[in-house]
Amino acid sequence: MKVIGKSVIRKEAFDKVNGRALYTNDYHSVSMLSAKLVISPYGHARIISIEYKDALNMPGVRAILTGAHLPLTGESLRDRPPLAYDKVRYHGEAIAMVVADTPSQAKNAADRITIQYELLPVVNSPTEAFQPGTILVHPKLGDYVKEQDMNPVPGTNIASHVKIRKGNIEEGWKESETTVEASFSFAPSDHVAMETRCSIAEISPDGNVHIMTSSQAPFMVKQLIAAYFHEDLGKIIVTTPLVGGAYGGKASVQLELLAYLASKAVGGKPVKILNTREEDILTSPCHIGLDAKIKFGADQNGMLKAAEIQYLWDGGAYSDKAADMTRAAAADCTGPYHIDNVWCDSYCMYTNHPYAAPFRGFSHSELSFAIERTLNLLAEKLKIDPLELRRQNAILPGNTTPTQVLLNKSSVGNLPKCIDRLKELIQWEEGQVVEVSDRTIRAKGISCSWKTSTIEANAPSGVILTFNRDGSINLMSGVIEIGTGTKTVLAQILAERLKMDVDKIHVRMEVDTQTTPEHWKTVASRGTFMAGKALLEAAEDVIKQIKEVASPVLRAEKNDLEVANSRVFLKDNPSIGVDFKDIVYGYQFPNGNSIGGQIIGRGNYILRRISRMNPETGEGRPGPEWTVGAYGVEVEFDKIDYTYRLLRAVSVIDIGTVLNEKAAKGQVMGAMSIGLAFAGRETFYFDEFGRVLNPQLRTYRPLRYGENPEYLVDFVLTPQLDAPYGARGVGEHGLLGMPGALGNALSTAAGVSLHHLPLTPELIWRTKGGEENAFL
Amino acid sequence: MKTHTIVLNVNREIHMVTVRSADTLLYVLRSKLGLTGAKPGCLNGDCGACTVNVDGWPMKSCLMLAVEAVGKKITTIEGLKDTPIQQAFVENFAFQCGYCTPGFIMNCHSLIEQHPDADDEKIREWLESNICRCTGYEEIKNAIKSVLNKD
Ligand code: FES
Ligand code: FES
Repeated sequence: MKVIGKSVIRKEAFDKVNGRALYTNDYHSVSMLSAKLVISPYGHARIISIEYKDALNMPGVRAILTGAHLPLTGESLRDRPPLAYDKVRYHGEAIAMVVADTPSQAKNAADRITIQYELLPVVNSPTEAFQPGTILVHPKLGDYVKEQDMNPVPGTNIASHVKIRKGNIEEGWKESETTVEASFSFAPSDHVAMETRCSIAEISPDGNVHIMTSSQAPFMVKQLIAAYFHEDLGKIIVTTPLVGGAYGGKASVQLELLAYLASKAVGGKPVKILNTREEDILTSPCHIGLDAKIKFGADQNGMLKAAEIQYLWDGGAYSDKAADMTRAAAADCTGPYHIDNVWCDSYCMYTNHPYAAPFRGFSHSELSFAIERTLNLLAEKLKIDPLELRRQNAILPGNTTPTQVLLNKSSVGNLPKCIDRLKELIQWEEGQVVEVSDRTIRAKGISCSWKTSTIEANAPSGVILTFNRDGSINLMSGVIEIGTGTKTVLAQILAERLKMDVDKIHVRMEVDTQTTPEHWKTVASRGTFMAGKALLEAAEDVIKQIKEVASPVLRAEKNDLEVANSRVFLKDNPSIGVDFKDIVYGYQFPNGNSIGGQIIGRGNYILRRISRMNPETGEGRPGPEWTVGAYGVEVEFDKIDYTYRLLRAVSVIDIGTVLNEKAAKGQVMGAMSIGLAFAGRETFYFDEFGRVLNPQLRTYRPLRYGENPEYLVDFVLTPQLDAPYGARGVGEHGLLGMPGALGNALSTAAGVSLHHLPLTPELIWRTKGGEENAFL
Repeated sequence: MKTHTIVLNVNREIHMVTVRSADTLLYVLRSKLGLTGAKPGCLNGDCGACTVNVDGWPMKSCLMLAVEAVGKKITTIEGLKDTPIQQAFVENFAFQCGYCTPGFIMNCHSLIEQHPDADDEKIREWLESNICRCTGYEEIKNAIKSVLNKD
């Protein structure tokens, strides 16, 4: 293969290093107004009054909006008012919105709005939410409009309940000689994309609604605005330029709705709403939290026989995407291990926390922490090497998943091979703990992951190819360039298929829902697979059309023709042929007669054979394939003060085929970096009023330069047979194993079992009983 | 609201702009001069996405008022053309979404000018003021080191 696998430079690289790459907030016009939110300072409170008369009279103010009379919104369950009225349910929830000529005028007016609250008791964790008779975040849960696969339980805080019942759990326990049981928890945290969310809306006199937004899901924005506000679908045109990082957080639809409402309130004038960092952390949806209980049973040889799992997801105040994450977690609830008897209850819980958006890995890194820590406890009890325990229980072709999908060589990667490679890379034989000095040791921890993508069973992706008169190609796909380089990879796939120079393929980066064929959402590491399939179909379409026109010109059967190097020619005599440039806009004979015409390629893909999960047993096929991986983390640990340094982090992922080497490694390292930050330091600290105490990058600290470990990334190549060139999704997987591996490394280092995230020195100190021993 | 008409020297061009006292340099570069390369990420000095170069030193433009920039030489990402560090970022895949990139490049560019012999410790000291959420920093390290080693 000529182009596949090469580290082709990103198509938008030069724009990005010259400051010319444009993101939503870089679009600005003189007529554009600014919107500013007034947000709740409390986690749970009744709104007694909103006083905004003074604000309305301030210079530049054009409108002030509040929430009464707005329809309820929410993707799976309509439980969320775009602006809170009557009650606020989380710290940071939007209550009022000022529209003014400039950002500073809008802010000054927003500061003048006074709201009176009556504090309500706060549901501060999913476990609290789960207690019978507790405060209800949504007393009217039973009245909400819901999608088919939502199972809310009215009269409780359960927004959705997903069940897995596989095998016979009683039998499983009977076969188990050894059991372990453990609980884990962590609070919500944030995605921290460097570009805070931003949306612009304008409604033209003909009724067209123009939205520009930093989103992973512009086609969903279009659908939801139509559904919520009864606009004509075809009149909603959503544009997404480059997106400055997303990690799942921009798959939720929120600011778009507010921008639309703001524009509507000022007669359709363009209005921009841009989150401050604090709003991006508090008001916009966050990274989900979890309380988990895991029980594993194994026979005397350490073969897993039974698993009983309870996940209480901290969906926050509104269910939006958390309900889907709850389902995805149930589908892959055991981690990548073969277990015949599985009983899992995955609950999407309402709390008074910021509500959750998808987060890279879609609940898998989170559940993996609980599973992988429990496996280490089991290994300890069984006195088996934790790596061996994983290897012997690793999921294989021929096994079934918790939702009873029978796996084959194509639908699941080779986990044992990943584990073997991990063993070498992390130098497992050296031992899990190595003394460095009196005070410090090096310690290692490992973990494994798997993931399928539980996206809509009928999710589409489309591609259109047009030509320029010089024979170069324009590639249009609805995939958003969120930083993953997918559009460059698509160009590589096309270049490979047409055997042409990748520089002669021009990729349209911007997506607009009126002229770009739909790609469901740029999520779930599915861009390359789905858009790649659509693209290959479009490439075939182009080849077919070119050959049709070339056949009479070259006076040869279509079957005798070949396409390569931007030419169509005779297979047996390549010197006889026509260049693309002379044929893609019709072929003109010497006398002027022309045949053919403009060639436009089209291709589409729809996921196949995905089915809904059975509400009682979970049985069903939730996704197309499972990517697997094995991970290791090595830390240098200070035995006195419990501080540690990340030395090395390893990911070995079965990626099928490497499409772009540097881009793939970059994706994995970047995901590992986010995973280590999530595992080691990132969390929201809540007070008793449900307030997030650290909504700034000064107090909420992602990894910085130099705090990262050395990364070792390697790939196993088991092709997925129905994927473009066999490639599996890889955008998320580097993240999945980091919390488990770091948790295991530090538990081993400190000699205690760690059950919470983030894994801070303070947590280790507390777990070791430091509090009792402290005399200060 | 008090306004001032000031003269700014940006990318070797003289610009006259009217600003409020409270307008930051970042706001004026972006909204008045159309130089959107410098990005807002926190408006609080924490992320470095807004970094420009002022009289040869990196400066977080969200922390400087526009009126304070009078009489100083300001360079933004738009003022760099074909520099080795830009090329090195491309070759080393030192960005993904690219949002942090102008800030990182301006910081690296200043570092190369001020400390052409910077060692690892110096590089860390300078670059830890910027956040990149997409990469794991490995590629950024390779990019800056490839330029420093060349000199
Ligand atoms: S915007 Fe200036 S440091 Fe973040
Ligand atoms: S490339 Fe996205 S934040 Fe650095």
